[in-house]
Amino acid sequence: MSLSTFPTTSETEENRTTEPQRPTRLSRLGKSFAMFRNPKSITGLVILGIFALVAILGDVIAPYGPLDKDFYALKQPPSAEHWLGTTHLGEDVFSQIVYGTRGVLVVGLVAGVLATFVAVLVGVAAGYLSGWRSESLSALTNVFLVIPGLPLIIIVASQYDNPSIVLISAVIAITGWAWGARVLRAQTMSLRNRDFVQAAKANGERLWRIIAVEMLPNLTAIIASSFVGTVTAAVLGLTTLAFIGVIPITNLNWGTILFWAQQNGAFPDFWWWYVPAGLCIAILGMALSLVNFGIDEYVNPRLRSAGERARAMRKKGMSLTGGVTEVRTADDAAAPPDAAPEPEEREAALRR
Amino acid sequence: MTTLELRNVSKRYRVRGAGDMLALDDVSFTLTSGQTIALVGQSGSGKSTIAKILTQLERASSGHVLLDGQPIPHRGPGLRRYRQRVRMVFQDPFASLNPYHTIRHHLERPLRLDAVVPQDQVEDEVRSLLARVRLDPDATIDRRPHELSGGQRQRVAIARALASRPELLIADEPVSMLDVSIRLGVLNLLADLQRESNLGVLYITHDLATARHFSDEIMVLHHGVVVERGAADDVILRAQHEYTRALRGASPDPDKHFADPSGRAVTRS
Repeated sequence: MSLSTFPTTSETEENRTTEPQRPTRLSRLGKSFAMFRNPKSITGLVILGIFALVAILGDVIAPYGPLDKDFYALKQPPSAEHWLGTTHLGEDVFSQIVYGTRGVLVVGLVAGVLATFVAVLVGVAAGYLSGWRSESLSALTNVFLVIPGLPLIIIVASQYDNPSIVLISAVIAITGWAWGARVLRAQTMSLRNRDFVQAAKANGERLWRIIAVEMLPNLTAIIASSFVGTVTAAVLGLTTLAFIGVIPITNLNWGTILFWAQQNGAFPDFWWWYVPAGLCIAILGMALSLVNFGIDEYVNPRLRSAGERARAMRKKGMSLTGGVTEVRTADDAAAPPDAAPEPEEREAALRR
Repeated sequence: MTTLELRNVSKRYRVRGAGDMLALDDVSFTLTSGQTIALVGQSGSGKSTIAKILTQLERASSGHVLLDGQPIPHRGPGLRRYRQRVRMVFQDPFASLNPYHTIRHHLERPLRLDAVVPQDQVEDEVRSLLARVRLDPDATIDRRPHELSGGQRQRVAIARALASRPELLIADEPVSMLDVSIRLGVLNLLADLQRESNLGVLYITHDLATARHFSDEIMVLHHGVVVERGAADDVILRAQHEYTRALRGASPDPDKHFADPSGRAVTRS
């Protein structure tokens, strides 16, 4: 017979048996945290971890109670006895900072969780549905996007004599979910038409299962980033509210410290009273932003490679900001420019 | 014997600012089990629209889709039963598998959804499906799509389509995204599976050469209109419509290969 079947390389090469790498529970867990595995995220997470430890171990770390008064040491600068000095009532600033961490983190987390929950619900639904339902959810998001957050929080919070932490968090969450919903809607719209979602649909999967099992895992990074963003906004919102005195002073946090400092004319002389609280807010905000940058780079690898490319080019002595693209000859690439042979020598070399 | 009939189907898309776009214009054909029909046409000719209408991912603007003479339901359990009998393999194996899930998940879902086998046999069935598409079950079952090559992924996609034991299969350019070297492997596999299970296959492609080998009948689609149809060899060798001739002129020598009686693609040595 002169006929032979086509060589089907696929059957020989594709099926080359490789060692089956069964993913363990641990490696699978590691995979879902891959977005945090970069220097920026790790730095941010370490700082967050320190704050969390301080919040949890507050009673152990703080040398005094936050409201313990030492009437023999009023408005004292930092000393061995009071590491960050004292307030006008002789309260220890360091202890207040330590105890205040708790209030800040709890409100940040609760508000973040609530806002993210609403954002996922509204954003994914708006992205998956179409027609008037999608449009109305989108309009709702836009309305919340343009509502000025702080004034609304002030109005709502001032309706209550003694708003609880959960209420404060909820109010912050109401003003903070819209941005996440917007981003999630866009991403869901792009996922909705991917083939694997179409394939699940063609298989007869139910709507909620397509959303929960096929689409949500692919949105993890964006959900995480929107969570971190809301926590940042919540921390800033809370300290602002405390600073302007909307939140009762019994709720101790960094903003309350600033409130009392401002009330008692601490600016600018009694720096130990207001600088530590301000620094803590800044550092916590930075840590959260670092985590977010890390997630961003994970979601959009081009961001990372752009940075690496720029560094690599600077190392070679090329400028990215120069208006003209530098032309490098083969000689340049082989040897540094100053070692390039003189024209006559080059000609001589050619003649040889 | 299962028959799937498309009767006078048209599909219009509303394009913003440009009025209506007619993607399919009065298309009719019948696909029966055991038969392979190739649907040939260039990009934008409406091939994929037909696939979407057959899988009910889109609805026809007018006309009917009939399975065994009955109009297919648009929702509910009836639609699900229909989808169990008519399955689709997508064009791009890099996009049609969810990057987040393992191969096991991809094959388990249709098995559980359509209750093809009892719960305790699902694992065995997944393995036998992988073996049917010539993949090593142990090496692939716990992997994720990105750990497999394009050809392997398309095999997984084929296994997923076969999991619910369909009677008809729509293959939308199943090999166009694959390396030339592994295309024939996948196509031969499809042909083998078709014979094993007496599947009816609608093979959508822009490649006349493979269309000729793997199908009994060829339909040529041009701007949403079927311009030519007939037995595979007739269409290729005695093309009537000038578009078919142009398509033939553009394809890399469809006369070079011959089909042997087993239906496998072969070449002279």
